[in-house]
Amino acid sequence: MTDAVILFVDDEIGFVEAMAKRLSRRGMRVHKAFDGYAAMDLLARQADVDVVVLDMKMPGRDGLSVLKDIRRDHPLVEVVMLTGHGTVESAIEGMQAGAYDYLLKPCDLEELTDRIRGAVSLKREQEGKAVAERVHGIACSRP
Amino acid sequence: MQDRNKLSYDKLSRNIALAVITVSFAPLILVGGLIFNQFSSIYREKVYAHLVEVVDKHKETIDTFLREKLYEVQYLNKAYSYGQLTDPEFLDKTLRGMQQQYGRIFVDLGVIDEFGRQVAYAGPFDLLGADYSQADWYLDSRDKVSAISDVFLGLRRSPHFIIAINNFTDGRPWTLRATIDFLSFSNLVENIRIGETGYAYILNREGVFQTKTPVGRSGEFVLTPVKAILPQSSGGGDVSVNRSEGSDGEIYIKVSSPLKGGDWKLVYQQKWNDAFSAMIRSELFTLAIFLLGGFGIVAMAVIISRKLVARFRLIDNETELMNRQMVETGKLASIGELAAGIAHEINNPVAIMIEEAGWVGDLLEDERKDFSCSDEVRRALNQVRVQGGRCRDITHKLLSFARQTDPSVSNVSLSSLIGEVVNLSMQQARFAKVSFDLDLPPELPPVRAALSELQQVFLNLINNSIQAMEAEGGVLTLSCGGDGPWAVVVVQDTGPGIPAANLGRIFDPFFTTKPVGKGSGLGLSICFGIIHRMGGEIDVESSVGNGARFTIRLPFVQQPQHVEQTKEVVHD
Repeated sequence: MTDAVILFVDDEIGFVEAMAKRLSRRGMRVHKAFDGYAAMDLLARQADVDVVVLDMKMPGRDGLSVLKDIRRDHPLVEVVMLTGHGTVESAIEGMQAGAYDYLLKPCDLEELTDRIRGAVSLKREQEGKAVAERVHGIACSRP
Repeated sequence: MQDRNKLSYDKLSRNIALAVITVSFAPLILVGGLIFNQFSSIYREKVYAHLVEVVDKHKETIDTFLREKLYEVQYLNKAYSYGQLTDPEFLDKTLRGMQQQYGRIFVDLGVIDEFGRQVAYAGPFDLLGADYSQADWYLDSRDKVSAISDVFLGLRRSPHFIIAINNFTDGRPWTLRATIDFLSFSNLVENIRIGETGYAYILNREGVFQTKTPVGRSGEFVLTPVKAILPQSSGGGDVSVNRSEGSDGEIYIKVSSPLKGGDWKLVYQQKWNDAFSAMIRSELFTLAIFLLGGFGIVAMAVIISRKLVARFRLIDNETELMNRQMVETGKLASIGELAAGIAHEINNPVAIMIEEAGWVGDLLEDERKDFSCSDEVRRALNQVRVQGGRCRDITHKLLSFARQTDPSVSNVSLSSLIGEVVNLSMQQARFAKVSFDLDLPPELPPVRAALSELQQVFLNLINNSIQAMEAEGGVLTLSCGGDGPWAVVVVQDTGPGIPAANLGRIFDPFFTTKPVGKGSGLGLSICFGIIHRMGGEIDVESSVGNGARFTIRLPFVQQPQHVEQTKEVVHD
């Protein structure tokens, strides 16, 4: 579990800093981004990110569009949504767009770490499958 | 403001009344006046025509009478010689024969010689030898073959008139005279009586009465014609009709016709009012009807306009109230939005606070219990976490309540919904010393409803009950259960109860017993509307002193397999 790499995206800098510290202390490596563009830049540079914790409501670019870009460009990266909205609509939309799960803001740290762990293990599984497929592909391609 | 409104309403009322009165009266007056005018002119003509006819007929009768008498006397004159007629016995016999034949119209007969002396006489008076040489009638008749005298008293001192026939025998003129009884003549005229004052009489050229003067009227009564009404040419011959003023100041109709070749004049007079009494009666009657009808119209116009305006006023007031309610509702909605916005904004700082406190806690764990007050710091951190959590709960609740604009119908669990609403009302209940007694079985099947609307219904009911018990506290019992296909929710309080008089009206819009400005009177009517839209029922039982009990029945959702899914939606 110690090698989980997380990208925390939220426009509330204080929240991101505090969360990053707490999650780091729980053995995760945390990258920080304060808006959608920075998040996409960072993902492009850091190939080792496992899970993105994404705020839905951000100035500039909202979470949902960022989520869709992530699913397109980095299909293996899992996304946990943080929504401050009282509404379920955006969460449901997010789930339909391929997010791993959603959490209501302000969230419980334990809950968040649980979800992250779940997401990480899912990602590992998917990666394993992908590797196996690749290996299988390589094996098959050799006559 | 109020005064100005009142003034404008009064003005409106007045205008309506005036319009109605004008529109009603104008045709009434026009048509009534036209008909009345036609009627009176026709009636007047008929009256004149009738009078003219009467007078004309009587004139004929009188003329005929006089002519007949004249002929009869002339017959005597022609039939018998001077010698026969001057024989007293023969004359007496002749008079008796005439009286037998014609009645006692001929009073006496006499023969007068060329010197005016009566040489023969038959009759009741002793007039033999009377000298008529200076008598007016004798002098008048000298140069005529025959003459009828005016009425005079003569030697016998009683009214009579004389028919005189002149003749010649052996170159000497003589005259046969006959006296006509005045009574039988004047009866011919006096019989003409119409109405109360209609009266006929005969005047001679000098205006002296030839018949009895009208009863109770002295000789000096004079009629002065003021207006010739019609010189009756059609049928009436030379009858003339005048409107005259009597010397007693009254207005008279005078109808006159010449008699006896213009020597006499037959006059009929009648008081104007008497002649037209029927018309005057109908005039008065019409006037009375007009006045009564007019009064009725005015009264109705005033009453109707007042009623109308009162109704306008009521409607205006209701509209105004409604507008105020709309503003109020809008205000509530914006307060809800504001609350949601604030809750959002507060969420983030609260989250940061909680996380920072958590971070400090994490750090403290690394430091172990190295410094003296570490326990106290840990307790304080915990407190920050706990209170932050409370803030978070509150903002979550606010958010879920402010989400009222969502009218979408879903399956709702009554128990959890009522539980939520009760939580919102806890604070208010504590102030009012109201305790809750809840019986909310969570396994109850869901009902189909718009969540926010049902929230509003129960919030209203619970707030009403709490406010009712505000004075001395009490117990608010909330229970839900099932009754066949119905979910039944009972909201019961131990408040002062609702008087029977108000019980029938509490679901009416704008009915409120709260002081002005406190309650809108819309709460229960909104509840009623919502519940009925959902196909349910709401009713109330209450009596003074025994609290109030609201019972709501809502249909359960038919398919029980959706229960699980529903619960998830409710908790979002």
